[in-house]
Amino acid sequence: MNIVVCIKQVPDTESVIKIAGDGMSIDTGDIKWVMNPYDEFGVEEALRIVKDQGGEVTVVGAGPARVVEALRTALAMGADKAVHIQDDDLYGADPIAVAKMLAKAIEPLNPDIVFFGQRAVDDDSGVVSSAVAEFLGMPQLSVITKVELADGKVKGTRPIEGQTVVLEASLPAVISAQKGLNEPRYASLPGIMKAKKKPLETKTPADLGAERSDFIEIAALNPPPERAPGKTVEGETPGELAANLAKLLKEEAKVI
Amino acid sequence: MAGVWIIAEQRDGEFRKITYEVASAAKKVADELGTEVTAVVLGSGMQDACAELGKYGVAKVLYVDGDAFATYTTDAYTNAAGALIKDGAPDVVLFGASTQGKDLGGRLAARLDTGIAVDCTALAVADGKLKATRPIYAGKVYADVIINGTPQIASLRPNVFDVVEAGGEAAVEAASADAGEIKAAVAEVQAAEEGKIDLTEATVIVSGGRGMKEADNFKLLEELAGKLNAAVGASRSAVDAGWRHHTDQVGQTGKVVTPNLYIACGISGAIQHLAGMGSSKVIVAINKDADAPIHTKADYCVVADLFDVVPELTKEV
Repeated sequence: MNIVVCIKQVPDTESVIKIAGDGMSIDTGDIKWVMNPYDEFGVEEALRIVKDQGGEVTVVGAGPARVVEALRTALAMGADKAVHIQDDDLYGADPIAVAKMLAKAIEPLNPDIVFFGQRAVDDDSGVVSSAVAEFLGMPQLSVITKVELADGKVKGTRPIEGQTVVLEASLPAVISAQKGLNEPRYASLPGIMKAKKKPLETKTPADLGAERSDFIEIAALNPPPERAPGKTVEGETPGELAANLAKLLKEEAKVI
Repeated sequence: MAGVWIIAEQRDGEFRKITYEVASAAKKVADELGTEVTAVVLGSGMQDACAELGKYGVAKVLYVDGDAFATYTTDAYTNAAGALIKDGAPDVVLFGASTQGKDLGGRLAARLDTGIAVDCTALAVADGKLKATRPIYAGKVYADVIINGTPQIASLRPNVFDVVEAGGEAAVEAASADAGEIKAAVAEVQAAEEGKIDLTEATVIVSGGRGMKEADNFKLLEELAGKLNAAVGASRSAVDAGWRHHTDQVGQTGKVVTPNLYIACGISGAIQHLAGMGSSKVIVAINKDADAPIHTKADYCVVADLFDVVPELTKEV
């Protein structure tokens, strides 16, 4: 199996996100950058498949120079090699434009499976995997919690509202990983040492023949709408507290 | 033809609520642009249901009937809706940011070589173009985005846009579009647990955190949820402890939810959790720790032991 895992480097979920002075981007000064948590499930699944069936895992990431750290993390987990599409302006760029570049980088690798995390926890779009699938002419299995491979086909379990569906497609296919797929391993110390020697190729969008397009343009970033200060519910006993709360929810907030 | 188009979502031949929300939002946008709403309905045996969409502001329905459209697949929907959109050249295309809409969005935008804004919570028209607002970083920031390319595509977060009744019947036109090759087929459909309400569609959510102490104690929340017709959610620590399934997780690495009422029980309010539930319309915090960050986000703070208050609240509602 030849497996590609696309990863994104994102702010750690504990990060406080501050809007930069331009009002159009975030202040990256204090941010700790990590591999997108959902991508870890993709890396883990790829490593398990290759352990079972043989093959090779290549991780691909796009963005500024710092993205190499996320790629090294995947190499330390056990991936074999990495491709970095280096472009300083790519962070926060239009996802369809990023998908075009990724597709150009992935195509020559001839993968049987391309894994993604089901969405990145920064822009929350979740469109790159399916756009890459379209550009590569592959089937997509999105938001998958179980992968089964047999006879050149893949089955993927996908929870949807009120149901679970099992999708089936021929390989090659694009799969986006959802929490529950597996328990991602940590990079071990020997793994981290080995990762330093693993091949990491750097390409520019120009090398790939990809031009940036800006289908999505940020007009402004704003803090979340402010909430009015909360009210402390009064009451001497649990019964009183519950009765007063129920009354507020019924009569004041009118939500029950 | 142009105008504002919506792609309807149906299951088992019935429109889902998100379709009415999207139609209502589309009607507003169309009014501002001085145009009309056309709905694309892909389904099987749904001719009679289509005219109903007029009630929510849809002027015209393009209905494609076929067995291949009875159940959603990425390929059939992208092929058929994509071809109709190329042909009709609408200015704007809207649909729900349900699991279906999220699956379709990237594929369709790539097919049409245009931009998409996913999971929007507000729409406006500026200089004749759609401007969409979407929460990013799980709601830590709200981005106003301009969608370049034609058509402008946006998917709308469920349970945010009001369903507005306006107008009467839509003109239904049988349209023809090919489902094409289904590369990823639905092999099996398993129904969820009976009566279980999905978090992203729930109007009320009762959620538990580390303060629940053990899996069994979620019974208390199940009982309250039963009375309120609510879904039960959980914080990451409750999921990591193995008390609840990961599909119940609310937060930055779980589900981002927008219910009318969110009752947080024994949840301290880690930044990732606050991000995931922060856009709920009304938030109640039940936590004995008066200094817990969850109380700073709540509209109603109950500083008391959840094990005392929740059973009483179940009696009261």
